[in-house]
Amino acid sequence: MKKLGIAVVAAVMAAGPVMADLVFPSLSYRTGPYAAGGIPFADGYADYFTLLNERDGGIGGVAARVLECETGYNTEKGVECYESTKGEGALVYQPLSTGITYQLIPKATADDIPIHSMGYGRTSAANGTVFSHVFNYPGNYWNGASGAINYLLETNNGDLSGKKIALVYHNSAYGKEPIRTLEELQKKHGYEFLPLAVDHPGQEQKSQWLQIRRERPDFVLMWGWGVMNQVAVQEAANIRYPMENFIGIWWSGSENDVLPAGEAANGYKALTFHGVGSDFPVFADIQKHVVDTGKAAGAGDQIGTVLYNRGLYAAMLAAEAAKKAQSIHGVAEITPAMMRDGMEALEITPALQEELGIPGFGPNFSVSCENHGGPGLVGVTQWDASAKTWSLISDFKPTDTEVIGALIEEDSTAYASENNIALSCQ
Amino acid sequence: MPEQFVWGMEVFLNGLMAGVLYALVALGFVLIYKASGIFNYAQGVMALFAALTLVGIMEGQVPFSHLINAIFGTKIHHFGWHAPALLAILGTMAVMVLLAWLVQRLIFRHLVGQEPILLFMATIGLAYLMEGFGDLMWGSEIKKLDVGLPQGINLAIDEFTYNIFDYGFFIDNLDIVATFIAIALVGALVIFSQYTKQGRAMRAVADDHQAALSVGVSLNFIWILVWSVAGFVAMVAGIMWGAKSGVQFSLSLIALKALPVLMLGGFTSIPGAIVGGLIIGVGEKLFEFAIGPMIGGATENWFAYVLALVFLVFRPQGLFGEKIIERV
Repeated sequence: MKKLGIAVVAAVMAAGPVMADLVFPSLSYRTGPYAAGGIPFADGYADYFTLLNERDGGIGGVAARVLECETGYNTEKGVECYESTKGEGALVYQPLSTGITYQLIPKATADDIPIHSMGYGRTSAANGTVFSHVFNYPGNYWNGASGAINYLLETNNGDLSGKKIALVYHNSAYGKEPIRTLEELQKKHGYEFLPLAVDHPGQEQKSQWLQIRRERPDFVLMWGWGVMNQVAVQEAANIRYPMENFIGIWWSGSENDVLPAGEAANGYKALTFHGVGSDFPVFADIQKHVVDTGKAAGAGDQIGTVLYNRGLYAAMLAAEAAKKAQSIHGVAEITPAMMRDGMEALEITPALQEELGIPGFGPNFSVSCENHGGPGLVGVTQWDASAKTWSLISDFKPTDTEVIGALIEEDSTAYASENNIALSCQ
Repeated sequence: MPEQFVWGMEVFLNGLMAGVLYALVALGFVLIYKASGIFNYAQGVMALFAALTLVGIMEGQVPFSHLINAIFGTKIHHFGWHAPALLAILGTMAVMVLLAWLVQRLIFRHLVGQEPILLFMATIGLAYLMEGFGDLMWGSEIKKLDVGLPQGINLAIDEFTYNIFDYGFFIDNLDIVATFIAIALVGALVIFSQYTKQGRAMRAVADDHQAALSVGVSLNFIWILVWSVAGFVAMVAGIMWGAKSGVQFSLSLIALKALPVLMLGGFTSIPGAIVGGLIIGVGEKLFEFAIGPMIGGATENWFAYVLALVFLVFRPQGLFGEKIIERV
């Protein structure tokens, strides 16, 4: 029997060259103050690649390997993780933090490794002619701001003139991202805009919510993260602000953000660029091939939660880009540069989503050399506190590309001239 | 009455309430510093650990379940019970006493007589150790804390002030409860330190270690006692802050709110922690209300330190701190 085993191994080795893994680094944060958000994302990301390995034999016949490195949501550690893992053949980085993304943009570009900052990071990186190695499809913060305004327009007979819209935001580069867009949209739609900064980490927000109580804005938008979200939802409930008029960005719209407030969070809304819940065929496959076989990254209890789904979606987009790269270059063992080409040629169609077991899970889109940001389609979800579930209450709808496009052009060309970057895609 | 003045009064009252919550955190620092000269960097993490333990006991969570499941391939998470809040508080207190004993036995007993900076660095290590230990023991997901405390606007105050000012003030019920609890806590601490044998021994150690030792006071016992009392105070702070945001690892950052309070009130005074908390709370809230909108808001974090530094110019030892005179 032993001899037979050796013979089989020898035959397999003789049959062709040894395939290397396709390496997908995961800059996760399973520890520290933001671990509650980092764990489900990292689990979703890892579980999808495990599913591909177990069910399909990898990507194009080559096994995917998730290389996890703990950042603790700390920018310095994130850069260390990048430096220590890039030599392993890392195909694409998901920095999972706007701070880390900003640090990695010049490094990864110089190293010819692509970055995918999905729904975070430098918004103007959507301009592929300047940011050749950075992708932020399918949507960015400015799409989020416009998506929220569009949703309010739609639910207010297309007229926001005379309405007051407050923005409760984390007082950081991330939190300030939507301000310029909301100011530009204010000129177009005639609403009154009230930005309210919250200091890090956001445990104390009494001043901001007293001001909201005094000024009575018709709607409140939120750009928060971590403890800021939970406190804001609780404070809104405390002052009896109508939850259906309170809309958070996608980083303020997970189960973590609403569960501590209990029933009081009922009706709270959040933006999204992907589906919610576990009612998709892919989750049955994950249960069968990953969880039931004991190969899940976590305890298997996060499946279908917002951030698990986001991690899974990021992995799915990375895997599809890898497949595209394999098909463009005609090789199974792709390099980071080939991966970049695959990301730039990525196309997500209804048929592909159906085939992947996630029909209608995300928007349909294609990426191009000029447009690394995708279509910027944004949906809205709402929290049902008694059922403890999020529901998608709108389709993925277009945002104001006229306003956003001009802002992206302005910011990215300024970056290009500051850094002497020659425009590509000519 | 001018609208701005009425709103200012509301902000003032909310500042007082916020100050009480800051003082609750600062109290733990003062207790340990007063008795042992240690600036306990781990006080915020103690509040987190206490709150995690409280929720864990209440929800019947199996400690270290992730570790156990990973090693033995089991799928255990809960004992299947839901303990009443009072029982869970007592259980948490027992855990905090055990923690105090371990801290004394394993760390500070070996550091007696060392430089204060070494003791401080030991507490930094302790903070990281406890944070990781708490994560391993109870998991890092955000937990809802419900010990039956009321939350939301106090309708009686809202109605009362509306009748007077034509504008109803917002005061959070949780803040009112926190105020009463803080008063009771300070009262209990004063009674304990003034009228009990252990309390007097604690004060003796705080005044002079050597003299206390010479009359037979056990330093080990007193330090365990002090760390236990600080653990109890941390638990109360953890409950109050955890009720607002859920119990999560950011809870350890509440220590940041206590630092300006300590600078202002002095590191060795319980009344100083209270008064300092109130001044910081009111000061930062009024500044944010009056000046914040002109300069982009989010002034509270830095203004608290500015306020504390201004006081330090006139009283370097803090409002109620002990004046240190060293003669050459």
